[in-house]
Amino acid sequence: MSPRRILQFAFLVLVLVYPLLAGNSPVYGRLGALVLLAAIGASAWNIVGGYAGQVSVGHSVFFGVGAYSAVVVYTHLGWPPIAGAPLGMAISVGIAAVIGVPTLRLSGHYFSMATIAVAELVRVLSSTSEFLGGAQGLSGPPVPRSVLDLSFISATPYYYIFLAVLVFLLGLTRWIEGARMGFYLRAIKDSERAARSLGVSAGHYKLYAYMLSAAFTALAGSLYLTMFGFVDPESGFGILISVKMLVMAALGGAGQLFGPLVGALILVPLEELSNSLLGGQGAGLTFVVYGAIIVIIARFLPSGLLSLFERRPARRDPVKSEPVGGHAD
Amino acid sequence: MSMTLLQVVVSGLLLGAVYALFSSGLTLIWGMMNVVNFAHGDFVMLGMYTAVVIWTALGGGPWASVPVAAILIATLGVVSYFLLVRHIMKGPMLAQILGTFGLALFLRYAAFWTFGANFKTLPDTLVGHSFVLAGIRFDGPRLLAGVVGLVVTLLLHLMLTRTAMGSRMLAVSEDATAAQLMGIRPQRMQALAWALAGAATGIAGALIATFFYTSPTVGETLAIVAFVTVSFGGFGSVLGALVAGLIIGVVESLSAYLIGPVYKDVIVYVLFVLVLWFRPQGLMGKA
Repeated sequence: MSPRRILQFAFLVLVLVYPLLAGNSPVYGRLGALVLLAAIGASAWNIVGGYAGQVSVGHSVFFGVGAYSAVVVYTHLGWPPIAGAPLGMAISVGIAAVIGVPTLRLSGHYFSMATIAVAELVRVLSSTSEFLGGAQGLSGPPVPRSVLDLSFISATPYYYIFLAVLVFLLGLTRWIEGARMGFYLRAIKDSERAARSLGVSAGHYKLYAYMLSAAFTALAGSLYLTMFGFVDPESGFGILISVKMLVMAALGGAGQLFGPLVGALILVPLEELSNSLLGGQGAGLTFVVYGAIIVIIARFLPSGLLSLFERRPARRDPVKSEPVGGHAD
Repeated sequence: MSMTLLQVVVSGLLLGAVYALFSSGLTLIWGMMNVVNFAHGDFVMLGMYTAVVIWTALGGGPWASVPVAAILIATLGVVSYFLLVRHIMKGPMLAQILGTFGLALFLRYAAFWTFGANFKTLPDTLVGHSFVLAGIRFDGPRLLAGVVGLVVTLLLHLMLTRTAMGSRMLAVSEDATAAQLMGIRPQRMQALAWALAGAATGIAGALIATFFYTSPTVGETLAIVAFVTVSFGGFGSVLGALVAGLIIGVVESLSAYLIGPVYKDVIVYVLFVLVLWFRPQGLMGKA
């Protein structure tokens, strides 16, 4: 086995036995589950934001819809929260179609701004809706009624549930990478005009990627609710939810299979650590650091951390015709 | 038209002129170099805090805070251009969005860290009391903000369309290489655009602070208003931003009056989505 294989194998074993290593420590047990949950959200974002290159800054819509669907089926129907997941996924696919059809035709910035606006719209509406608990939000079952409520004290069951979902999602993404759709998405990302001229119906494939991404983001939201048992407009639809997905994917490497996971492995512990070290005020400083990290990545490492480890030399972006940067001042 | 309705429309126009002013910075940058500054709302927010700090620490009113905010935010714009934007504008779009978004988060939470999450307001007597003219009540701070907003936006428009400097900037936005061959330095023009946009934004922020609460996250709301205004008016068109700003101001105050204050943001967001859907190039934008 090559050293690379051995490392991969060791990492796999570590992932599988992590809860045993974390033992009874509630902090580390929870941390593992949080990393995986964040990785699910960021990997879902990666399908449209990374592979298709359509930068959504409003994925919190889908996350919130997933979380609220789960809690709504419990509050209004008495079902186990996870039963709301398919509902949340279906609604999210519908919303993605409504946002995507008009805006994916336009150049990228429009799509980004439209996604922000829709997320804000939904956040404001959710805080005025009595059905959704208004600004206070809604809570899941206070005590588990059956195992179907997926309400556990230990973080270990969540860890393995999230791991299973993440493995499925990454497997699906890997399959798409090698399938016709993956080639089309890469072609669209490189040059939409060229892709269209070769007969790729760019609009359709961008939309498919967006809807698929929306469905899994909603699933992440439903899973979030089963673990935290509570959602309000800010924790469901807040803009920071969208930002975190985007940043994790971009930090690791957008459009790369393991990019979002790498980003989550770095940022989630960082956030938890600074929150626990700095207490309430820490939340502010966490995002100052977040902001600084994002700026530095964008400036110096626009393809993410994984691009440092690529075997082939990093491909240069096609040089634009305007030599603005090369002015001999 | 009933007097109340007229009152609502006038307030909307005054508010709209301020929207126009802070949106003109965004549209200028976009039109000039095809970069969307996602930190734009946070530039406004810093302009507002400048006014708050000048008032609380130095006891200065708008006559002191407006010029200081203009200079500070213009400097911030130029620094952002040279340290960040200049480098990311050639890269992939994700890097552009990430870069300015990261800047936004950084500024927003740095303000949170420095000033705390509490809302701050300036005393409403700072600018002058309200008065009644021809049956319509004019609020001192809002009147000042509206008039200055209108004048500065128009000046910016004239500067861009009627002066040699404006032509040079237009030349760079159309074709930087050709402009360079004509002896124009693209980077200098782009830095100038960031300075002008920053100054307009800073002035707007200092004016808004006289009648609106100041908080670290206020930029988020204002940024969305600016996006709506810019996309409605047409990217790159300052005149478009002026017309769109006035329309949005009126729509906002009419919907607050007719439907309810909670829904004024909702109406604006819906308007935004409708514009993107039906007329993506905006009122005065190039298709």
